[in-house]
Amino acid sequence: MTPAIAQYIRPEVVAYIAFGLTLILVFGGALLAVLPKNIIHNVFGLATSLVGVAGLFIFLGSEFLAMMEILIYVGAICIAIVFAIMLSQPMHLQLPRRYRPKMIFSFVVAVSIFFSFLGIVTATHWEPALVRGGNWGVARLGRLLFTRYELLFELISLVLLVAIMGAIITAAALTGEDDRSGDKEA
Amino acid sequence: MDSLNTYLFIALLLFCLGLFGLLQRRSLIGMLISVELMLNAANINFLAFNRFLSPDPATGQIMALFVMGIAAAEAAIALSLILALFRRMRSIDIEKARELKG
Repeated sequence: MTPAIAQYIRPEVVAYIAFGLTLILVFGGALLAVLPKNIIHNVFGLATSLVGVAGLFIFLGSEFLAMMEILIYVGAICIAIVFAIMLSQPMHLQLPRRYRPKMIFSFVVAVSIFFSFLGIVTATHWEPALVRGGNWGVARLGRLLFTRYELLFELISLVLLVAIMGAIITAAALTGEDDRSGDKEA
Repeated sequence: MDSLNTYLFIALLLFCLGLFGLLQRRSLIGMLISVELMLNAANINFLAFNRFLSPDPATGQIMALFVMGIAAAEAAIALSLILALFRRMRSIDIEKARELKG
C-alpha cells in the first residue's frame, strides 16, 4: 500500500464508512420491510434492518446487546414469522389490493408524528449525568440481573412462559374445535 | 456519528417508517413486522440515552434486554393469533376480520 493511500485510511474515516453502511442496512431493510407487497420480501427486509440495528448497538458501545439482537430478532423472531407465513398465507392466490386513501392517511399520520417528535428532540436540551460510570462489561450486566433487577428478570421469565403456553393453546388446542364448528355452520 | 441527536433522529425515522407500515398494511403479518421495527427504534433510543446521558451504563442495556424479551413474547402470541385467525377465516386480511363489528 502506498503512503498516499495509507494517509487517507484513518480510523475515523473507516468508522464513518462503517456507520454509513450500517445506516444503509437499517433504512434499506426498513423500506424493504414496509413497502413491497410480497410478505417474504418484508421478512427479508426486517432481518436486514435488524442486522443494521445490531451494528448501531455496536456503535453505541454494547456488543452484548448487538449479539442478543441478532440471536433473538434475526434468529428467532424472523424465523418464527417465516413459519407463520408458511402455515397461513397461500402465496400464489391473492396479493391484497391497496386502498389509496388508507396509504395517504397513514403517510400523513407518520409524517406529522415524525415532525412533532423531531421538534421535541431538537427543542430539548439533553443534560448528561454529572457522574458517569465507565463499566460496560457483560459481567456487571449479569451481576445486576441477579441482584438489583432480579425481580424484573423473574417476571420477564414468567411472562415468556405464560406467553408461550398461551401461544400453544391458541394455535393448537382451541382452533381444532373452531374448525369443526365452522364446518358445521358451513 | 458521536452525538445523541444523530441516534435520536435515526430512531425517530425508523419509528415513523414502522408506524407508516402499521397503518398502511392489511395483512396481519406485515403489521407485526412493522411493530418489530417500532420496538427496535425504542431500543435504539434506550441505548442512545444509555450511551450519552445515563449515570450507569448497565441500566439502559438491561432495559433494552427486557424490551427484547417482551418483544419475543409478543411475537409468539401474535403469530399464534394469526394462525388461529387464518384457520377460522381462511385469510389474514384484517379488513375481512370483522365478525365482532356491531
